[in-house]
Amino acid sequence: MSSPSDIMPDGLDTLHEPARTLSYVDAIREALDQEMTADERVFVMGLDVDDHKAIQGSTRGLLEKHGSDRIFTTPLSEDAMTGVAIGAAMAGRRPVHVHIRMDFLMLCMNQLINIAAKSHYMYGGATQVPMVVRSMIGKSWGQGAQHSQNLNAMFAHVPGLKVVAPSNADDAKGMLIASIRDPNPVVFTEHRLLYFTEGYVPEEAFTLPFGKARICAEGADVTLLGVSNMVMECLRARELLAEQDISAEVIDPVTLVPLDMETIAASVAKTGRILVVDNAWTNCGFSAEILARLVESGAADGAKLRRMGFAPTTCPTTPWLEEHYYPNPATVAGSAHEMVKPGSDWMPDPERARLTYQMQFRGPF
Amino acid sequence: MIGSAPKKTTGDTAFLYGQLRLIRRTEERIAEVYSTDAIKSPVHLAIGQEAISVGVCANLTKEDIVGCTYRSHAAYLAKGAPLNEMMAEMYGKSAGCAAGKGGSMHLISKEFNVLGSSAVVGTGVPIATGYALALKQKNSKNVVVCFLGDGATEEGVFSESLNFAALHHLPVLYVVENNGYAIHEPLEKRQSRPDAICERVATYGINTVRIEDQDIFRICDESSAMINRMREGGGPAFLECLTYRWREHVGPSEDYDAGYRSDNEVADWKQNDQLDRLAAMLPNDEFVAINSRVEVVIDQAFAFAEDASAPAREELFAHVFAE
Repeated sequence: MSSPSDIMPDGLDTLHEPARTLSYVDAIREALDQEMTADERVFVMGLDVDDHKAIQGSTRGLLEKHGSDRIFTTPLSEDAMTGVAIGAAMAGRRPVHVHIRMDFLMLCMNQLINIAAKSHYMYGGATQVPMVVRSMIGKSWGQGAQHSQNLNAMFAHVPGLKVVAPSNADDAKGMLIASIRDPNPVVFTEHRLLYFTEGYVPEEAFTLPFGKARICAEGADVTLLGVSNMVMECLRARELLAEQDISAEVIDPVTLVPLDMETIAASVAKTGRILVVDNAWTNCGFSAEILARLVESGAADGAKLRRMGFAPTTCPTTPWLEEHYYPNPATVAGSAHEMVKPGSDWMPDPERARLTYQMQFRGPF
Repeated sequence: MIGSAPKKTTGDTAFLYGQLRLIRRTEERIAEVYSTDAIKSPVHLAIGQEAISVGVCANLTKEDIVGCTYRSHAAYLAKGAPLNEMMAEMYGKSAGCAAGKGGSMHLISKEFNVLGSSAVVGTGVPIATGYALALKQKNSKNVVVCFLGDGATEEGVFSESLNFAALHHLPVLYVVENNGYAIHEPLEKRQSRPDAICERVATYGINTVRIEDQDIFRICDESSAMINRMREGGGPAFLECLTYRWREHVGPSEDYDAGYRSDNEVADWKQNDQLDRLAAMLPNDEFVAINSRVEVVIDQAFAFAEDASAPAREELFAHVFAE
């Protein structure tokens, strides 16, 4: 196992008082275990949560410790199983419904949008839906069109759903526990490539607040706002920019709904530039929402705004095409550099821009 | 707990008649007032179908749970939930069971354990199933009754939910109110074997019963037996009751001139109306007393709804998220 400093770019390792290190996947597993231990209402369901692969390890050991009444697989019936989770939540249980890819949430949309999001409002506060929908975004090694999508903007569009996308182990644990304890439906989005990343994570159960963005690294010249794994790409881009005497501030919104615009606006006021880097398409996307709010509030007056995301096409499996599909530290750094020094065509060496966690990963998913 | 008694007493008959009468007259009054636009909500009237809700719910305690469709007035009232709050809901008032935000299609009663009803066909089936999962997890002796229409049996979640309920032996009774139409489309145009719903369900290993004549006592007895087995861990059960919707799909009127069905169809069902049947079984003084009591209750509910205050503007943003 590598030490955290090998894996994590600058920034994240200074966020907390030193504690023991934990991987993102183990942080999720530990959060589930601690909440299942502390609260008998918490249970975990989803296809393959109890098999030998344990959702890439994120549910490992839970069956042995908590038994098959508390963690069980489901039929391949995502639509009804989402309804079952909602019904159980209305009855006072605390279900965590797990999907190994976010793409599969398309099969859950009716229940999530028409029931989960609306019930508390539609029934005048007479019922609550305290459930968590965990899902994972894939990337590379042939994930392609139907295993790589981040659909958070669709969920963020609808009032009544909270949307979380942690970028590091500490947030993964603190936000998952907060999500389980929250009285609302929470769409909790994980990224497969982050599973190996390590960070300092407290051993005890703890929560982090919804609607509180993280300033991962401070800077003066440009704000890089990354979503989910794009936080890691932005932190690496920040290192590359520093070599060019550009100081980038990196912000992670952590929760897309509710959204901490205050922290984002304050950063833009300081740097005068913001590059939003989403791990999703830009069209009608979360990046558009952030920039629109900055403009509407006047926080963007005089500031330079730019965004990056998936290329406006379907994700291909072949690596020769896929490498042009995602933003990466090189394209992020190049774009930010141009914002700070207009007209420049500087681009970092692509080899130096690669991230440790991408070099570590060899599939299969 | 009427259905557990094999012999019908006058008291049972009076109770069932009172429930039927309350629902029938409430909906007739809704239809009468509808043209004034006081009710700003689509209404899906259950007139003609009441015996199913009343017969099944007679076997339930207050702690048992009922999930219903958007044609939910009958089940809501049969479960004992308050008429005042239902009417206030239909009038869009804050005193409504959903604070005026749900209307006729989204009735709910936390106190009387009526699950919120949904306007999207079939969506309540897995919700009720999930509620049954929670009951099992809590080792409860209570049961869930999930009402649905024949149209919902065509939705994917219907099959998915039945499989899951059977797999986990959940305490849920699915009750299909088969009125033969989904909006205006007859079952024969929608299902390859319209008389085989029970047959399909039985393949999941679920006990099924089909009642074709809407006999309220038989509905009561069959559901009672199923519910009693469920309370002892017997797993899910399925009851299909044929019935007929006397009014249009949505709205207060009849629509036999619309061309998709003829009034010949309804004639037999009206002959077999369970409300008339039970009325004829009661002593006259009891019949009169129940009728007049029902009218008083309905008068009070309409007055309550009219007098209740409208929601304040800031209510628009209340309950988007639970605190």
